[in-house]
Amino acid sequence: MPAETNLPTNVEAATPEGLERSRAARAALKQVETEPGAKKPDPIVIADNITRTFGGLTAVDVEHVEIQRGVITALIGPNGAGKTTFFNLLTGFDRPDTGSWSFNGTSLNKVPAYKVARMGMVRTFQLTKVLAKLTVLENMRVGATRQRGESFFSAMFAPLWRAEEEANTEKANHLLERFLLIKKREDFAGELSGGQRKLLEMARALMADPELVMLDEPMAGVNPALKQSLLGHVKSLRDEGRTVLFVEHDMDMVRDISDWVIVMAQGKVIAEGPPDSVMGDQRVIDAYLGAHHDTALTFEEEERILAEAEKELEEEAESND
Amino acid sequence: MDFVSLFGDSIQQAIGPTAIVYALAAIGLNIQFGYTGLLNFGQAAFMAVGGYTMAAFVSTWGLSFWLGIVAGLGLTAVLALLLGIPTLRLRADYLAIVTIAAAEIVRQVVGSVSLKDWFGGQDGLQEFSDTFRSYNPFSDRIEVGTLVAWSANDAWVMLVGWTLVLLCCLMTWLLVRSPWGRVLKSIREDEDAVRSLGKNVYSYKMQSLMLGGMFGALAGFCVALRSAAINPSMFATDVTFFAYTVLLIGGAARVLGPVVGSIIFWFLITFLDLFFSQATNPSSGPLIPPSIMTETQASLMRFIFLGLALMLLMIFRPQGIFGDRKELAIDAR
Ligand SMILES: Nc1ncnc2c1ncn2[C@@H]1O[C@H](COP(=O)(O)OP(=O)(O)OP(=O)(O)O)[C@@H](O)[C@H]1O
Ligand SMILES: [Mg+2]
Repeated sequence: MPAETNLPTNVEAATPEGLERSRAARAALKQVETEPGAKKPDPIVIADNITRTFGGLTAVDVEHVEIQRGVITALIGPNGAGKTTFFNLLTGFDRPDTGSWSFNGTSLNKVPAYKVARMGMVRTFQLTKVLAKLTVLENMRVGATRQRGESFFSAMFAPLWRAEEEANTEKANHLLERFLLIKKREDFAGELSGGQRKLLEMARALMADPELVMLDEPMAGVNPALKQSLLGHVKSLRDEGRTVLFVEHDMDMVRDISDWVIVMAQGKVIAEGPPDSVMGDQRVIDAYLGAHHDTALTFEEEERILAEAEKELEEEAESND
Repeated sequence: MDFVSLFGDSIQQAIGPTAIVYALAAIGLNIQFGYTGLLNFGQAAFMAVGGYTMAAFVSTWGLSFWLGIVAGLGLTAVLALLLGIPTLRLRADYLAIVTIAAAEIVRQVVGSVSLKDWFGGQDGLQEFSDTFRSYNPFSDRIEVGTLVAWSANDAWVMLVGWTLVLLCCLMTWLLVRSPWGRVLKSIREDEDAVRSLGKNVYSYKMQSLMLGGMFGALAGFCVALRSAAINPSMFATDVTFFAYTVLLIGGAARVLGPVVGSIIFWFLITFLDLFFSQATNPSSGPLIPPSIMTETQASLMRFIFLGLALMLLMIFRPQGIFGDRKELAIDAR
């Protein structure tokens, strides 16, 4: 489908200052040591001692983590590592048992989710949440923050909010165009396919002009051709001067667009660094595949392990007698 | 069988004061349930608080009628706050439970012996309608042909009532096409999504509950003023359920749904009632022989048939008269 691939992939919305800032931010990352909890030169989010348990299970236990401003940071880790839970905690959708975290220097402890979003930290959901009985365009319009027509008293007087609504519609159209949903504009969001819903949710989050965009598996279920152009869009967010934090399982995408990678496993941050160094990190490979996966057992070793096991069993049997 | 009176009386009910009361109550439920997805099963409580405040202000405390109206609206808003503060952060079911209970509490309180001095116990209150009736421009019965006729007082209630219905519909229409209304509809679809977009969901739900409750208060005023009396039995639980029926017949989340629903509901219920009572009337040579149905059984038939009609409606037009089938089908996914 050529229509999908010859999209303007990049920098259409980039501003010179944004570009400059993101270049500087990326350059600054080069000095950062690749240790879990590494200090960043210009962090937008700082989290300390965040823990969250569900019953006996510790889903998140992050000692210290910083997200660099103006770059694309990937958060990766095996299933159940606590990535989504960490997202929920940062954005106020869930409360941690302990810990403190801040956005742009403002502490977010006890700040409700809607206020977090208004501060410029907007997230999407792993399981998409589209507003099914609203049209795609209406979904987009809801995304714009601080609308005058959203207060009860001015709502009844259309002239007060019509101009703003038109501006929002224009912005929505522009984004829908970028995300290839323009033809679906008037359809109910509930009629979209799974991948289209992902796209709509991402586009809707951008309606709020967020400073930090947090995407939970944005590419899950999106077809490969479209994925390429979406990667371009995510990069262009950075080039506009925004910060992107995303969760993703697709390692090609992570390698392709992220400037920094944070790896979580069993609730902890186990490694950090630029994509290439992280993917070669033994701790990361262990986390994903389990320890000792790479040393193929030789025949003698197998024999030895078997013998040991047998001996153990025998000993056990004897002690039981 | 006297078909002229059968139709005449049914039409009379369908556009009469009762239909107005239920239209107003259902307009309130439409805001809460139809647009915001809030399950308020205690609309009768809001009606009672409105009606009783107005009545008690005038007949118990001798204050001005207009003050009573303002206080009635104000106190329903307070009731909405009281019910909303603990429940609106929780799942939708909690509001449903709390409002059902609130409706019973309000009814028991206004009918209680210990508050008889204020609210008149089970006998309720009278003599609060003088101010309202003093503005009545009609002095005679209003008759339309031979078909329908209303007393001057009913005609005045209807004039005011339908004007209120129109104004409420206009207000609903203005609100639901605005960004404010869009947030309500979004909350109905997915609260968390709306939160993630920076909207204070709790506050919007509260506004919706208060607005719908205040429409309920208007219905409460009409109930009291049309009979120039108010008593606890006017606010039994079935009032709320009839109002929901009205809303579902017309189609939820449609501006005119409650109005059309109320007209149809009251036409049907009166028609069925009169039809079966005439058909089994022993003095006029019954159409249905007593061996099948007696006159006393006939009075219950309307509810059986109304239930049947509702079931058919839900099966063949679950979206109501005005609803959009396509929109409803989305739920199935
Ligand atoms: N609401 C909940 N109640 C109980 N346990 C939960 C809850 N939410 C998450 N968990 C548990 O917390 C752990 C982390 O879950 P989380 O969804 O954060 O994983 P994830 O890293 O996002 O995984 P995936 O890559 O599969 O999306 C899991 O073991 C999960 O079972
Ligand atoms: Mg997840």
